[in-house]
Amino acid sequence: MDAGTWESPRMARGRGNRWARAGIFALLGFFAVVYLLPLVVMLLTSLKPLSEIYAGNMIALPQEWTVEPWRKAWEEVCVGLVCNGIKGYFWNSIKMAFWGVTISTAIGAINGYVLTKYRFRGDNLLFGLVLFGCFIPFQIVLIPMATILGKLGLASSTTGLVLVHVTYGIAFTTLFFRNYYAVFPDELVKAAMMDGARFWAIFFRILLPSSGPIIAVSMIWQFTNIWNDFLFGASFSTGESAPMTVALNNVVNTSTAEREYNVHMAAAVIAALPTLMVYVFGGRYFVRGLMAGSVKG
Amino acid sequence: MPTQPRPPVRWLQRNLPKLVLSPTVAITLVFVYGFIAWTTVLSFTRSKTIPNLDFVGFTQYARVWAHPRWEVAMHNLWVFGLLYIGLCLAIGLLLAILLDQRIRQEGTLRAIYLYPMALSFIVTGTAWKWMLNPGLGIEKLVHEWGFADFKFDWIINEDMAIYCVVIAGVWQASGFVMAMFLAGLRGIDDDIVKAASIDGASLPRIYLRIILPMLRPIFLSAVVILAHLAIKSYDLVLALTGGGPGYATELPSTFMYVHTFLRNELAMGSASAVMMLMTVAAIIVPYLYSEMRSSQRPAN
Amino acid sequence: MRNTVIAALVAAAFGVGGSALAAEKSVEVVHWWTSGGEAAALQVLKADMEKKGYAWKDSPVAGGGGDQARTVLRARVAAGNPPDAMQMLGFTIQDYAQEGLLGDLTAVATKEGWDKVVPAPLAKFSKYNGKWVASPVNIHRTNWIWANKEIFDKLKIAPPKTFDEMVAAADKIRKAGYIPLAHGGQPWQDATLFDSAVLSAGGAEFYRKAMIELDEKSLGSPTMTKAFEQMAKLRGMVDKDFSGRDWNLSTAMVINGKAAMQIMGDWAKGEFIKAGKQPNKDFLCFQYPGTEGSFTFNTDQFAMFKVSKAQETGQLVLASAVMDKGFQETFNLAKGSIPARTDVSDAKFEACGKKSMADVKKAIASNSMVGSFAHGHAVPEAIKGAMVDVVTKAFNSGTPPAEATKQLVAAVKAAK
Repeated sequence: MDAGTWESPRMARGRGNRWARAGIFALLGFFAVVYLLPLVVMLLTSLKPLSEIYAGNMIALPQEWTVEPWRKAWEEVCVGLVCNGIKGYFWNSIKMAFWGVTISTAIGAINGYVLTKYRFRGDNLLFGLVLFGCFIPFQIVLIPMATILGKLGLASSTTGLVLVHVTYGIAFTTLFFRNYYAVFPDELVKAAMMDGARFWAIFFRILLPSSGPIIAVSMIWQFTNIWNDFLFGASFSTGESAPMTVALNNVVNTSTAEREYNVHMAAAVIAALPTLMVYVFGGRYFVRGLMAGSVKG
Repeated sequence: MPTQPRPPVRWLQRNLPKLVLSPTVAITLVFVYGFIAWTTVLSFTRSKTIPNLDFVGFTQYARVWAHPRWEVAMHNLWVFGLLYIGLCLAIGLLLAILLDQRIRQEGTLRAIYLYPMALSFIVTGTAWKWMLNPGLGIEKLVHEWGFADFKFDWIINEDMAIYCVVIAGVWQASGFVMAMFLAGLRGIDDDIVKAASIDGASLPRIYLRIILPMLRPIFLSAVVILAHLAIKSYDLVLALTGGGPGYATELPSTFMYVHTFLRNELAMGSASAVMMLMTVAAIIVPYLYSEMRSSQRPAN
Repeated sequence: MRNTVIAALVAAAFGVGGSALAAEKSVEVVHWWTSGGEAAALQVLKADMEKKGYAWKDSPVAGGGGDQARTVLRARVAAGNPPDAMQMLGFTIQDYAQEGLLGDLTAVATKEGWDKVVPAPLAKFSKYNGKWVASPVNIHRTNWIWANKEIFDKLKIAPPKTFDEMVAAADKIRKAGYIPLAHGGQPWQDATLFDSAVLSAGGAEFYRKAMIELDEKSLGSPTMTKAFEQMAKLRGMVDKDFSGRDWNLSTAMVINGKAAMQIMGDWAKGEFIKAGKQPNKDFLCFQYPGTEGSFTFNTDQFAMFKVSKAQETGQLVLASAVMDKGFQETFNLAKGSIPARTDVSDAKFEACGKKSMADVKKAIASNSMVGSFAHGHAVPEAIKGAMVDVVTKAFNSGTPPAEATKQLVAAVKAAK
C-alpha cells in the first residue's frame, strides 16, 4: 500500500479532521474495552483469593494478588479422581493438534493445487461437493464415526482423534488453498510445465514457497478448531489420554458448595493460551492471507 | 524435448492429479455424504435407542414439528441467526473501516478484536455466564457504582435469554468478520478510489457508492461462515444457559442433541438433524453455485 | 502415576491405543463424580481395588448430571469400545441391558446373597431378565427439605406437616427478610420439586399409577392439577435470581442463612456436613409436607458392560467391592446417601441418615418406596424428558395448573 502523494480517501491527519479522528479513536477504544472485558474479568478472578471473589465485584483489582490458582490449575486440580492438574491433558492436545493441523493443511494444499492448475471436467462440482463438508454439524457424524473408528480399532487413541479432525478439516483447508492458488499467476506454472517440470516439482518449487500467508491462515484456523473441540475429544479418548477441553470441562463443571472460581478461571485461561498466542502473533499473517484472496467470493 | 516416459509411468503422470485428489474425494463421500445419507435413512425409521430399520414414513418429522421445544428452537434460530449475522456484519465492517484509517495502534487493536475467536465455546460461555449473572456480574458492578436500580438480568428471563446468547456470539465472531473486511478494504484497487476522489466525491459517498459494493464477495463469504457458525452453535448455548431458563434458549442443534443422545429418540433426532442440514443447504448451495460460476471468470 | 503418563504419551505418539497399556490388571470406569466430596468418596473404591491388585483407570466426564457422560458412552458403545463399568441411573441401565450390552454379575450376586439385602424396588433396576447387570452403590431420597435451624428457631416455625402450613411458614419467612425457598432453576431441579408435589398431592399409590405406570386417567386427574398448584405456590417462594442456579449454590444459601429451606435430595446433606454443620443443631431435615412415610428413591449404580474375558474378572471384583459392607458404609457417609444394602449398621450415620435408613425399611414394608421421576427411576428417558419439559415450562412461565395437566397428558402420549 503506497503512502502515495495524493490525498488518500482515508482521513488525512489534517487539522480539520481532528474531531473526526478523535471520534474514531473513541469508538475504537469503546469497542476495545468491551472486547477485553471478559478476558480481564477472567484474569482478575484468577489472581484473587476465593474470599475476595465472593465479597467484591468482578472488575475489582485484587487486594491480595496470588498466583496460587494458576499453580493449582496446572499441577494440582482434580480431574475426576486424578489430581495432577491439567498439564498432562495440555500435552495430549498439543500432540493431537500438531498432527491434525499439519496433515490437514498438507492435504488441503495439494488439493488446492490440483483443483486450480489441472482442470478437468467436473472439477468445480467436485470442489463444491468437498466444500459442503465445512457445514456439517458434528453431532450428526458422531455415532457413525464412532462405529467406523471402532471397526478400525482406533476408537480411543490419539490416531483416531487425529483422523477425525483431519477428515473434517480438509474441507476448510481445501477452500483456503484453492482460492489462494486460483489467483496465483498461471504463467509461471505453464512455463514450468513447458520446461518439462513434473507434478510434484511444480508444487514444491513454485507454488509452495509463495504460500506463506495461506499456510498461516490454514494453520491458524485448523489449530483453533482442533484445539477447542470438545465433542470428538470426549467421545474418542479415555481417561488420561483426553485432550485439554475434556479436562477443562471436568474441572469447571464440578459442583462443590464452594466453587473454586479462581482455579476454574486460571484453568480456562491456560486452556486458551495456545490459541490466544496463535491469534495474537499470527494475526498479521491472518489478515495478509485473507487479503491474498483466500476467502474472497 | 525430453524423452517421453514409458506407458505405465505416463498413465500415472497423466492421472496423478486425479489420483492425488481421490483420498479427499473418498473421505468426503464416506464421512460427509455417507453419514448424511445414513442420518436421512434413520429419520424415516422407528429407531429409539439403536438403529432399527422399521420404516414409518414422515412420522418422525411430524413428531418434531409437533414438539413444543422445536417451535421455540425454530423461533430462536431466526432471532439468533438474523441478529448474529446482522450484528457481526455491521460491527465487523464498522471496525474494519475504522481500523483502515491509518491508525498507529492498528496491530494491537486488531489483536484485541480478533482474540475472542481463539477461545473455545466453553471458555466463552463460562466467562459470559459469569458476567451476565445478576448477582455476580455486570448488574452487581453497576449497583456498586451507585446505580441501585440498574437491571440487567436478561439471562434469567425467558424472553430475553436468547439475546444473551447473541451478545456472547457476536463478541466472539465479529473480530473475524472484521479481519475479512479489513483484508478486503486493503485489497481495493487504489486507482479507482483515486479517480473518484479527484472527481470531488466526498468521503462517505466514496465508501457508500464505490468501496462497499466492491466488498460484496466478502459480504457473501462472511454470511456463509456466520450462518454455518450460527447453525452449529450448540456448545455456546450449553455453556451459557444450558438451554434455559426452562428451554427458552433451545436451538435446533440442542434439540437434536438432547433427543439423539439423552432421550433415546434416535429417529426423531435424525429428523431434526436433516432439517438442520436442509436449512444449511438452503444458504450454502446458492453460495457454492455462485462461487463456482465466479471461478469461470478471470480472477480480479 | 507419572510413569504411566509418560508411557501413555509415548504410546499415543506412536498411535497405539490406550488399551495396549493394559498388560497389568485394570478396570476402566466412566463416571461424573468430579466434585470434591464425590471424588473423595470414590477414592475409597479406587484404593480398595488397588489393594486387590487392580489399577483404576479413571475416565470422568462431568456436566449435566451425567448428560455428557451418556453422550460419550453412546459413541464408545457404537465404536465397540465400552468401558468396564459406568455410573448409571435407573432406566439407562435397562436400556443398555435390553440391547444386550451389559455383562452378567449373577455369579457374584448369588455367592454374596445380594437378593436378600437389596430392596426389591431398587433391584428392579439392577437386574434384567433375572440376571444381575449392575452393582448399586447407594439409595438417595428426593423428598427431603433441608432447613436452616437458626431461621426456624428465630421465627418460631416448626417443620410444616401440611402444604398449607408450609405456605404460611414461607410468608412469615419472607416478611422477616429471608428467602423462603432456595431453588436452582434447572429442569432437573424443577422436576425434583415435582416429585414431592405429586407425592404430597396424591400419596404413593397415586404417584405409582401416574408417574410410573403412566395411567392416563391419573395423569389427567384433579389430583395432578393439585400437584401443579403446589408447584405454582412453590414458585412464589423462590427469589428472583433462581434461574440457572446450580443446586449447590442454593444449598450454600441455606447454609449461610440467606434462605430458609431447600427441597433437594440428600446429596445436599453432604454439602452441609462438609461445611461443618450438624443435623438438628445447625440444620433440620424433614420430609416434604404430606410425604412422610413415602420414599422417592434414586440410586447410583455401576453397570458392567460386556467385555473381553480378560476384563471380566476385574469387573466381578469391582462389583463385589462396590457391594462390600465396609465400602457402602464409608462411601455413603461421605456422599450423604444411605447404603443400598439394608444390612449395614446405621451407627456411624448422623440423624438424617439414620432417619432415612429407618424410613426405607418402613416404606418397603408398606409398599411406598417408589422410584424418583426426576432422577430416571420412574419412566424411560424419552417419556421422562417430555414430562420434564412440561413441568419446567410450567414452573418458569406460570402455566395455569389445569392447562399444565392437559399438556402433561399430551406430552406422555406423544412420547410413547
